[in-house]
Amino acid sequence: MKKGSVKQILLITDGCSNQGEDPVAMAALAKEQGIAVNVIGVVENDTIDENGLKEIEGIALSGGGISQVVYSETLSQTVQMVTRKAMTQTLQGVVNRELRQILGSSASLEELPPDKRGEVMEVVDELGETADVEVLVLVDTSASMKHKLPAVKEALLDLSLSLNARIGNNRFSVWVFPGKRKDVEQVLDWTPNLQLLTSIFPKLTVGGITPTGPAIREAMGHFGKKRSLRRLISGDDETFIEESM
Amino acid sequence: MTRHSSKNPCKFPPGTIITGKWHRQQYVLLKELGTGANGTVYLVKGRQGHAALKMSPDSVTITSEANVLKAFAKVQGSVLGPSLIEVDDWAIKGHTIPFYVMEYIEGPDLLSFIKVKGPSWAGIMMIQLLDDLDKLHEKGWIFGDLKPENLIVAGPPPRIRCIDVGGTTMEGRAIKEFTEFFDRGYWGMGTRKAEPSYDLFAAAMVMINMHYPARFAKNGSGYRQLTDCIEAKSGLVPYGNVLAKALKGEYSSARNMRTDMMAVLNAPARTESRQKRRSAKRHAPAPLPVHSRSTGKRQGKKSGSFFETSAIVLLTAILYAAYMYGYLL
Repeated sequence: MKKGSVKQILLITDGCSNQGEDPVAMAALAKEQGIAVNVIGVVENDTIDENGLKEIEGIALSGGGISQVVYSETLSQTVQMVTRKAMTQTLQGVVNRELRQILGSSASLEELPPDKRGEVMEVVDELGETADVEVLVLVDTSASMKHKLPAVKEALLDLSLSLNARIGNNRFSVWVFPGKRKDVEQVLDWTPNLQLLTSIFPKLTVGGITPTGPAIREAMGHFGKKRSLRRLISGDDETFIEESM
Repeated sequence: MTRHSSKNPCKFPPGTIITGKWHRQQYVLLKELGTGANGTVYLVKGRQGHAALKMSPDSVTITSEANVLKAFAKVQGSVLGPSLIEVDDWAIKGHTIPFYVMEYIEGPDLLSFIKVKGPSWAGIMMIQLLDDLDKLHEKGWIFGDLKPENLIVAGPPPRIRCIDVGGTTMEGRAIKEFTEFFDRGYWGMGTRKAEPSYDLFAAAMVMINMHYPARFAKNGSGYRQLTDCIEAKSGLVPYGNVLAKALKGEYSSARNMRTDMMAVLNAPARTESRQKRRSAKRHAPAPLPVHSRSTGKRQGKKSGSFFETSAIVLLTAILYAAYMYGYLL
């Protein structure tokens, strides 16, 4: 099977958006472009209100990703698990699509007999191990996130540890919202190593509005740029994983 | 799969009959054995007697775990995991729940077993575990999520077995599932690549967990914190060197670690006397057994030379007497 890259946006937030486009709609747009959106809600002593929860679930649902609300102590474990699970989900979607092409429109992994399913699952596992992964991390830096940022940093370092143990390549990019001047600002461009975050994170300033929707829109654009740039360099115009579910 | 729902979709009362969609086998649900993030395990009664049945709304979990158990069946002589009976789907109320049926392993989990039977069993259980890990590694598999909750002591005779293979990964890939306390990545002691040394780190942490049942969180000092914890428990001190090597990833195979572990277990007297000597040095200048033994040896040598000297003197005296006797005559 051809190798391709899995694209994900990882949104880390602790509340509801209050500025710009509807983030749920933006997530749906991302999904259409083959980018899955995962959302982690992080709480410490506070709680996320009903609206916040609804939005978190809504973004993941329309973004074809996974959402979870956790305490900052378990953030590391959750971030790497959610990313991996979403990856498998994406790859399974791709495999299902291929199966439908071979076996007809109603076929899916769940409808195969268990033995065959096991064989297909081995292929999905193999893909998960070898596929290239691009994760764009969007970190909410509104005032209430101040005490949670060290845990976020830890979790992201842990994520790169998990993903870098794979055979496939990884690229991470980290953005924060709101930025100093704009709604969203890049703090780390595409890199295989998140170690640089150690020096960047302590310098981040928090405060201001929560423009989640515009942040997702910006993030999508960054994938586009990256992709076309890579096409120019490698002459590889085959994007294998376009659809996320 | 996306959201957390408070209702477990795999919750069924005892007496429920589960019929496989593909193989048409029937299982009567007896009781729940446990529920985790990845599904629920029930004790069931099937055609061949008692068995354990795991179901999950997530078919990925069921399928990949069944794959691992199938691979385990090919590892000859290893009894680490439960044997797989069958994989099937259960059609209920318009949707299907995937499940697999495996051998039912009965017994207390490792920590409860040690608590009841005493710490002298800790080393023996580790030896058994390392033996099984070695066989598994030889076949190219890494256990991954090694922890006391996943280890059950079946028997008698006591035999360590593993009941959850969700983390088992092919060597060279990225570890599928882990628990922070047992993960070397969490402690900053290495990667999450599936290789024998990953399991051996976890095995060392299992041993530490036996003496720290409540576990502990990292304080940032990494390896130092772990060695401090080993030194603070007299039950762990004899294994200090073995554990340190395992934590640092210096064992290339489970067999090497097992050999060293065995050496510690076989030499309880020596470690005891060494400890005694150390404490004696610290407290009172009492006569040491080793010392007195060496003086004894010297005394023996002295008396030997005394005999030698007297024999020579006696012989010379006799010869001189004979000579004088002949001269006088």
